[in-house]
Amino acid sequence: MIGGAQGTGVDSSANIFARAAAMAGLYVFGKREYYSNIKGEHSYFSVVLSESPVHSHMDEVHLLATFDSETVVRHAWEVVRGGGIIYDSMAVGEKISKIPTLEKIVLERVLSRLSREGLGDTVGDVLELAKRSGVALYPIPYMELLKKIGEVIGEKQLSALSRMTNVVAVAASFTILGLPMSALEKAIAQVFRAKARVVKSNVEAANATREYVSRNFLDTFPFKPTVRPTSRQRLFISGTSSVALGKIVAGCRFQTYYPITPASDESVYLEDHDTFNLADHPHIEEAKELDGKGSIVVVQSEDEIAAINMASGAALAGVRAATATSGPGFDLMVEGMGFAGMNEIPVVITLYQRGGPSTGLPTRHEQGELIYSIFGGHGEFPRIVIASGDIEEAFYDTIKAFNYAERYQVPVVHLLDKALANSTMTVEIFDSNRVNIDRGLLHTTWDPSKGEYKRFAFTQDGISPRVALGTPNGIFWNTGDEHDEYGHISEDPTIRDKMMEKRMRKIEVADAEIPDSERVILHGNPDAPNLVLSWGSPKGAIIDAIDYLESQGLHFAFAQIKVLHPFPTRFIQSLLPSYKKTICVEQNYTGQLMTLIRARTGHLVDHLICKYNGRPFSFSELRNALEEAVLKGTPRIVTHAGA
Amino acid sequence: MVSFRTAVHNDWCPGCGDFGILSSIQMALAELQIEPSRVAIFSGIGCSGKTPHYINTYGIHTLHGRSLPFAIGAKLANPTLTVLAVGGDGDGLGIGAGHFVNTGRRNVDFTYIVFDNGVYGLTKGQASPTLARDLKTKSLPRPNINDAINPIAIAVAAGYTFIARGYAYDTRHLKELIKKGIQHKGSAFIDVLQPCPTYNDITTKEWFGGEDRIVDGKPLPRVYKLEDEGYDPLVKSADPDEASRKKLEAIAKSFEWGERIPIGVFYQNPFIPSYEERIAARIPSYTRSPPALQPIADKNNRPIASIDDIFEEFLV
Repeated sequence: MIGGAQGTGVDSSANIFARAAAMAGLYVFGKREYYSNIKGEHSYFSVVLSESPVHSHMDEVHLLATFDSETVVRHAWEVVRGGGIIYDSMAVGEKISKIPTLEKIVLERVLSRLSREGLGDTVGDVLELAKRSGVALYPIPYMELLKKIGEVIGEKQLSALSRMTNVVAVAASFTILGLPMSALEKAIAQVFRAKARVVKSNVEAANATREYVSRNFLDTFPFKPTVRPTSRQRLFISGTSSVALGKIVAGCRFQTYYPITPASDESVYLEDHDTFNLADHPHIEEAKELDGKGSIVVVQSEDEIAAINMASGAALAGVRAATATSGPGFDLMVEGMGFAGMNEIPVVITLYQRGGPSTGLPTRHEQGELIYSIFGGHGEFPRIVIASGDIEEAFYDTIKAFNYAERYQVPVVHLLDKALANSTMTVEIFDSNRVNIDRGLLHTTWDPSKGEYKRFAFTQDGISPRVALGTPNGIFWNTGDEHDEYGHISEDPTIRDKMMEKRMRKIEVADAEIPDSERVILHGNPDAPNLVLSWGSPKGAIIDAIDYLESQGLHFAFAQIKVLHPFPTRFIQSLLPSYKKTICVEQNYTGQLMTLIRARTGHLVDHLICKYNGRPFSFSELRNALEEAVLKGTPRIVTHAGA
Repeated sequence: MVSFRTAVHNDWCPGCGDFGILSSIQMALAELQIEPSRVAIFSGIGCSGKTPHYINTYGIHTLHGRSLPFAIGAKLANPTLTVLAVGGDGDGLGIGAGHFVNTGRRNVDFTYIVFDNGVYGLTKGQASPTLARDLKTKSLPRPNINDAINPIAIAVAAGYTFIARGYAYDTRHLKELIKKGIQHKGSAFIDVLQPCPTYNDITTKEWFGGEDRIVDGKPLPRVYKLEDEGYDPLVKSADPDEASRKKLEAIAKSFEWGERIPIGVFYQNPFIPSYEERIAARIPSYTRSPPALQPIADKNNRPIASIDDIFEEFLV
């Protein structure tokens, strides 16, 4: 774990550390926690390194790298026996009560714990207590070391030097963990690639730190990962970047957004990469004309109402269009989503859920919008709702979202969440050859000899031929009012019936066409007596937990539901009777998937493991909760881990 | 001449000012000889929201107050289209005011026509944002408690680069304004005085026409044309000081109301880059290959975007 005050390089140091470990051949999972604040509040990254693929974070900390006293005070308690704490040796005398950003409740908890142990009220006392419980201490005189490094690289300015504190902490961690410095140098070079001088100074700082740590501490750290060099490259990527790349590959060429945490990162990334290469396709004339370049227009709108409606306007012009938002922004989009449903506009809403209701926990995690995204809006209209379980899925699901949207001419809500958005993970390189583009019944021309064009023509499956604005002979109308086949207002009861049925039939068709294998993924032991049901980002912790429990003799299958609407009713109905115990795992208070399963299948799931404190499920707590559900039969288990 | 009429029954009240605006739009498009399928007209909610159904072009009757975001999305996705937005003053200056102001910041090349009648007609005549305080139109239970806003002055402050006012019963003049708005490269805003014969019994056709004040046996109209009095709205250089001076003149003119009401072009600045030009400055291929016209898949339905270069920053 790496922690410090927001704005002091916690992100970049965790990024360097995790990348370097991945470059050394390890699998990496990183989880980021931060306050709704620009500078000063506490933030931390927890990074799990593993010789085999890893999908979640854990509560236990093995090595804690700190830049400031607050991180020591908050997290020293989480370090396991045999683990270690890296800290600024100059800060041990600091009084805990002088840390301004420590909430009173945390301060009181820490002081009373220390006084129970007969200790004082300084940072040093927290470290002393850690030492008593078998934690190794690694005091580093950050400033002194940095000044020495400054002499070597010819930098006297303290502000410039202190910017390298994070590299010192990372290099110290790397040394203690016995990881190869060559990987660290490579990661530094990649992260600071544009600035050769910065790369050089940081590499010097890393090497000086390694020397200092090897000279001053015994090489006895017990949790060293085994490094097996690999020639196969992977990606180390965040959820928001993964979705952004998915949009580029999917052919999304118009994206709108209004700034909101945690969704904006995706749009900002897209704007930064608004021009990209096209693969060599000699038979596409347009591609040649474009000198092999494609582009996406990203518009920052005045609010989320404009964002959804601009995206719909663009979609009417024939482009694959999307908007990305989080809870409060989605609230504002619901009317626009209804218009898209009513007018059969294919538009994708990428929804990064965060702690609600209202402003809620703006930088923290929750899965609170499942029911809302399926049922939100006045009246009834067709839509598709899908959820990704991890960063790799997010890439491929993004492309599916556009295919569903165009094939069924409906708005698609792609559910993600804060945990997935801000986590980073090593994944296999995305393979664009695995995906296809399905534009459905989009016609680029309309031949009038086939008859007059009717945008909402009644068809067997409810899906009508679609043309873009500007197509000769294709003039059509849209209206939020009920309408006839041309799109003109109609209040005729017969037309109303037929149009409602036409629109809603598309979801029945989607339900019939989308294969079960795309809608539900089965993990774990298929012959197990227990079935876990979940959706979205708990996937990683569930997989890691049931994998561990399997080795302990407790067997679980895990159904990850990816298409939440239309709900895979037949498949889940056929699945449920095969298991003795069913357990829903999700990050909300009410058990929204549990409610949905009951509504769709009539089946009452036996147990609910839920969490709503804003921190994602850890491997450790799910392991314990699943055990409790099965062994003790507790019907509702609320977990609380995380800082 | 190509017809821009449709067979849809028009259910506006007899004598409604909307008819004049509708025919002005139809005439403007016909005279500019724009192919009907190259035009998309977006509207909001209310009587004016029905306008697109009566015009033979692509017609998108959107949500209350939201015509501008839809119109802008379509225009930016395919800038080769001629895009218009229409809506009432409640739609654009009340519920849609945020979009109205922010649209001025972008200068997207399109034309926005507001049907300005001071009331919410379709919901039976409540006071709208342009109704003056203390006026009590026919169906108000009490006189209007809010002040009126000044659409022209807001448009100037927001950054629209073509700002005009028309009168629904002077269709030849209004048609010319709409033609100029469409031809202007950038966001054109046209506020149209549009008497509502059913719910606004104060600022009526007769009132605008001055039938309450007979001089020499003839009514003395309140509405007069800026161009008849030598008013020059055009900014002639890229000098920001000149633009500021013209803006101040436009704002001053926009507060003239009551005995004399100006119509015509208040302000026009051809020197502000359009949003499309701003995008093209970042994305050179934008003009040739805007979002809606880009190929995204090959004939085997495989994506054609290559993200291999982007992977560099993520490879480990």
